[in-house]
Amino acid sequence: MHGLVNRAIQCFIRDTYGTPIWEEIARASDAPVAGFEAMFVYEDAVTDRMLDAAETVLQRPRETVLEDLGTYLVSHPNVEALRRLLRFGGETFLDFLHTIDDLPRRAALAVPELVLPELSVVDAGCNRVRIGCHGDRVGFGYVLVGILRTLADDYGALALLEYEGDGASEEWISVDILNAEHTRGRPFQLAARI
Amino acid sequence: MDDHPPGRVDLEPCDVFMPLHLRLKRDGTITHVGPTLRKMRPEDDLLGRSLFEVFDLKRPSGAGTLEALTDGRSHRLQLQFRDAPRSALKGLLVPDNKGGEYILNLSFGISLMEAIHDYDLSSADFAHTDLVIEMLYVVEAKTVILDEWRGLNARLQSAKIEAETQAYTDTLTGLRNRRALDKVLQKLCDLREPFGLVHLDLDFFKQVNDTLGHAAGDHVLQVAAQAMIDATRSEDTLVRAGGDEFVLILPGVVNPGKLMDLSQRLIRRLQQPIPFGADLCRISGSAGIAVSLGAADASPQALLKQADRALYASKGRGRSCATVFSSSLPPLSAE
Repeated sequence: MHGLVNRAIQCFIRDTYGTPIWEEIARASDAPVAGFEAMFVYEDAVTDRMLDAAETVLQRPRETVLEDLGTYLVSHPNVEALRRLLRFGGETFLDFLHTIDDLPRRAALAVPELVLPELSVVDAGCNRVRIGCHGDRVGFGYVLVGILRTLADDYGALALLEYEGDGASEEWISVDILNAEHTRGRPFQLAARI
Repeated sequence: MDDHPPGRVDLEPCDVFMPLHLRLKRDGTITHVGPTLRKMRPEDDLLGRSLFEVFDLKRPSGAGTLEALTDGRSHRLQLQFRDAPRSALKGLLVPDNKGGEYILNLSFGISLMEAIHDYDLSSADFAHTDLVIEMLYVVEAKTVILDEWRGLNARLQSAKIEAETQAYTDTLTGLRNRRALDKVLQKLCDLREPFGLVHLDLDFFKQVNDTLGHAAGDHVLQVAAQAMIDATRSEDTLVRAGGDEFVLILPGVVNPGKLMDLSQRLIRRLQQPIPFGADLCRISGSAGIAVSLGAADASPQALLKQADRALYASKGRGRSCATVFSSSLPPLSAE
């Protein structure tokens, strides 16, 4: 698994539950306590062990841990850069959803070694979009639910999200946009940094 | 024309495709301003004025009319606003054959980032087909990734320094080790720097080890090391060369009297009984001093041998004293 993914899990646990909890989970899963390097690639097993340990230590089901991770990724100030990169994906939340199948290619443009599951978009009409997540590892769909739920708020849209379920190698999420301009959302300027 | 779709009356195709364009009369007078340019300068500041008045034409330089610029075909231009913010733009000037006018489409080129900042532009200010948003995404993504690499390099660099320091450190006393001694001596000799060298041997250390145990011996070594740190400067190199043998390298200190003085002070300090639990450890020290004046042929081996000979002489004189090397000293027994 790419170091960016492992580091995301590490920072989520550390920033949400505190350093001692992270160290406990790291020790229990034989992960580097000092932290992962974002630019290294690690064996997949350490990611699985880390998520197993997180379930036990945090006493939360894996789906909740993964969804909270998604929420963290687009809302915590420590990972603001990622929120900004995602917001380049579209001017409105619906735009964003319609181009979400570009996400793995966008990620690869920045980090060629980062392999994300393929995503597909089905426009189900009436402001309803279904998103498919196709990869050999189930779980990314829950992270995506957390990301999308928080991004909807970020765009100021009122949306209803549902994890429809998973098959052998795919997960489906449905998104109903009830109001595209529910609030003003968080501002996004093209020139945040110069 | 009354067949516009409702609500789209003001939508000019050219404004949609090229939000940064100008229409110009044959003499260069501006007759129409694209929507993004209107955001950058009040329309009244541009309409009716001459292109050459508003912009400084960087390339091709010298041309005063549009005909001269295009030569009947399209032409590439480099321009810059004459008033602040003096944004640089690249442009494509094309005669509009139907109306007898010219169309000048502009782009920020490489100064895109400054322009977006200066005019607070958003994605709506660019044509949907323009790659500006993708370019901004790539620039920002690469900046984030570059920061990660930079952080990683800094961490690796400090880990490397730490590993190197560890490789040159004696873990018990915190002084340098034998490996560091060879390196420092070689460097001083290569640079032909003058320095003093003191070879210090602890006396009666073996007895402490044998009677009070290794823990006491270790403690004594640590106390002795601290005494050496206290007696020397930060630029001096203090080495535990082995068991109870120490070497002090003092750059710039070549006065034998000073080196004698330092050695004797150190020996007196070592002679103070060292408490260890309920016991008192008693040791002393003997020293041999050698000096390098920075001669071209100075060699670490020769200097260490000189200091050794001086130390041997100190031991011969009944220990607890220091001797400065001179060629009249008896040779080492092995020689």
